[in-house]
Amino acid sequence: MNTKYYILFLGLILSLGSCEIDNYEEPKSLFEGALTYQGDTIRVAQNDVRFQLWQSGFGKEGPLDVHVTQDGSFSSLLFNGDYRLKFIDGQGPFKAISQGGQQGDTIYLNLNGSTNMELEVMPYYMIRNPQISVSGNSVNASIELQQVITGMDARDIEHVTLYLNKTHFVSANGDMNIARGDADLTNMDNLSMMVEIPDNLNQDYLFARVGVKIAGVEDMLFSPLQKLNF
Amino acid sequence: MKKHISILMIMAVLAGSCTSDSEFLDREPTNILTQDQIFSDPELPLSILADFYNRYYDFGRLEDWPSVADFNVAYWSEAGRYGHFENTDRGYGDWGTWDYGYIREMNLFMERLQASEGLDETDKTRFLAEARFLRASYYFTLVKRMGGVPLILESETYDFSGDPSYLQHPRETEAAIYDFVISEAEAVKDILPVDANSKSRATKGAALAMEARAALYAGSIANYGQTTPSVSLPGEEVGIPASRAEGYYQTALTAAQAIINGEAGNYSLYTKKPDLSENFASLFYDKSNNPEAIFVEDYKLQSGKVHGFTIANQPRYGAEEEEGGRINPSLSLVEAFETLEGECEPLPITDGSGNYISYENPDDLFDGRDARLEGTVIVPGSTFKGRAVDIWAGVILPDGSIVSGDSRGQQKEFPGSNGQEQVVGFDGPIDGLEFTAQTGFYIRKYQDPKAGSGQRGVQSDVWFIRYRYAEVLLNAAEAAFELGQTDLSAEYMNQVRSRAGITTELTPADITFDKIAHERFVEFAFEGLYFFDLKRWRIAHIVMDGVPMTEQEVTSDVCDVTDRLTQPWGLWPYKISDPGSADDGEWTFRVRKPGRATGADRFRLGNYYSEIGQDILNNNPLIVRNPNQ
Repeated sequence: MNTKYYILFLGLILSLGSCEIDNYEEPKSLFEGALTYQGDTIRVAQNDVRFQLWQSGFGKEGPLDVHVTQDGSFSSLLFNGDYRLKFIDGQGPFKAISQGGQQGDTIYLNLNGSTNMELEVMPYYMIRNPQISVSGNSVNASIELQQVITGMDARDIEHVTLYLNKTHFVSANGDMNIARGDADLTNMDNLSMMVEIPDNLNQDYLFARVGVKIAGVEDMLFSPLQKLNF
Repeated sequence: MKKHISILMIMAVLAGSCTSDSEFLDREPTNILTQDQIFSDPELPLSILADFYNRYYDFGRLEDWPSVADFNVAYWSEAGRYGHFENTDRGYGDWGTWDYGYIREMNLFMERLQASEGLDETDKTRFLAEARFLRASYYFTLVKRMGGVPLILESETYDFSGDPSYLQHPRETEAAIYDFVISEAEAVKDILPVDANSKSRATKGAALAMEARAALYAGSIANYGQTTPSVSLPGEEVGIPASRAEGYYQTALTAAQAIINGEAGNYSLYTKKPDLSENFASLFYDKSNNPEAIFVEDYKLQSGKVHGFTIANQPRYGAEEEEGGRINPSLSLVEAFETLEGECEPLPITDGSGNYISYENPDDLFDGRDARLEGTVIVPGSTFKGRAVDIWAGVILPDGSIVSGDSRGQQKEFPGSNGQEQVVGFDGPIDGLEFTAQTGFYIRKYQDPKAGSGQRGVQSDVWFIRYRYAEVLLNAAEAAFELGQTDLSAEYMNQVRSRAGITTELTPADITFDKIAHERFVEFAFEGLYFFDLKRWRIAHIVMDGVPMTEQEVTSDVCDVTDRLTQPWGLWPYKISDPGSADDGEWTFRVRKPGRATGADRFRLGNYYSEIGQDILNNNPLIVRNPNQ
């Protein structure tokens, strides 16, 4: 009987005595937005592209990685403060835009409360007018490509591919990819793809996206996700 | 009264204690050796060196069986490891190494050795040369995996001033580290002994072999790095200018030829046994007068330094423990072995019109292949330790349906059977059942045929060969080819190929990059070299592009090692049950993909050089990140 009271008493002490004062309040400022070019969202593969936030003033510096989701958006819960936003060389099918002067392509960011920010970058290409449709037992897709970076830094297209996936995470490395089909690149004005729907599906819908692989750039550019019912 | 006595006694004790206080604390330690003690007896510096040898960094290690069997040359038949084949990407930090503690200890050793006076001069110079060889070996490891790194050649001490910035060093260029490895090898090669029988300590042969390999790697990065311009850094910490390629290839050829010409001792290809497959297998486990091994990691039974490679990989049926069979070579590797006439052909599973061929014995399918195939792989119908393996996946009935089981050696009744009959081999393959040959093959290379090698209480003392003569020949062949000396290249290639039983000699016109790449793929399978070949030729992102393979792809272009290899496929033997027909009891084969191999490997550009840890970057702002990560 005695032991029971001791335990109850101890529990009471612990529940009253701990926490409250010594903990930091959790970060509450939501930093979110999307990668854009002239207002149009740039879509990539899930978990393929990230950028970094740096903050000075707390001893040794280390970056906070922010990953971009497949629809081109990102979000991160942060403490208020001054941050520097940096793109990593070779990450993403785009180049960062110089902010001028000493700053290079670093973006200075003062976070005070939740912020929505569009990060303007220079993509090598933009996907325009994507069309994906089901006809009979196959999926047809077509896109137009607008070359954005020209001149010295211009890159060629390696392949343009239509991916079908059972889940809504559609990219080149999707484990549940069930079919893929490349476009013929001989006529860049007419990029179309056709993929047969495999017949051993247990579902009557699929998700599809068109990916563009740019030569020498690892991360691919994607069209908006489309759900196909049949 | 008693009280007075006690007080007196305490006072007496206290009085006696004062005088010798300082001497009391000033004692010779009994549990550590002082510098002077260590560097007066040659046995002690040697034991420090032994520790450095023991910490040598190998990419492939027999103590860690997956490390020799990665990148889809094999499937891993162990329940906890299927995830490796369900995955697509590898982490950027994979294969990274940054052991500057190891370098510091070697630097300290060299400094103290040089300052010491108690040692014989010949011992001293040899120890010093060995330490330099080991330090250069580790820098070679670093540059292969990380690119250019800070080159620290002296021990450094922190002065506790609060400002450690004088200890921060930037990365050297990738070429500078390769140059360092080459120049160290040049410097120590004439100090180290010329002794082909000394395998586990550094010799002239080991130094020259390291020089040849390092120069060849540097040359190919300079040469093929041009195909992947994004895998480079503006400060050349990663990437070597193309103009240096020729010089490196020349260095590699000269160093390799020094070994071939016998300057480093009497090395030659291993040709002790008349059966060429057995000969190739025993090259790896024969430790007496083996003329091919140049530098090895040695093991010894009952010494504590043994490994369990045979326990992990022995055929499961009749194994000495209830395990084994983990490394299952993939069909892509098996088919890459040419015919004895030197032709690249897929295994004859079907005839010209697409009908499956039946064979009297399961190993008949592999007849007339490069002898290295059965020296590297245990195929169905062959033996290990004198016992036949029992690899077959099921029974095919006349209507084409398959009867199989889900436990090893299961028995079932089926139409045409004589009561209960075995329907699957005791070695599998059973999809998803660990330790069975899930691709239809087991590994033979480095398996120890001695009794007891598969027992946990005994284990194996087969050595791991770091440098061997055949690699020197193929390094020379590749360097000669890149320098346009195809006649020389053909001569070296033919030596290696004729040892494998290939009867058709290559002419200088036959030598191409693909030919050399293929020869290395089959000769050095499971030796930890394939990964660096993929990297230095900049083909890893092409070979592993994240696209799943089809059966058609697996069985065509079998010798082209620059082709896609993203999944390990298998080949399963089936017994034909068709009483009354001529095929009854014969064997037929089907191409199969292990069910758990759902991912397709993708090697990203950022994987070419491992990520430098964020903690290292935080501590030293002078270090630049590797590209594409």
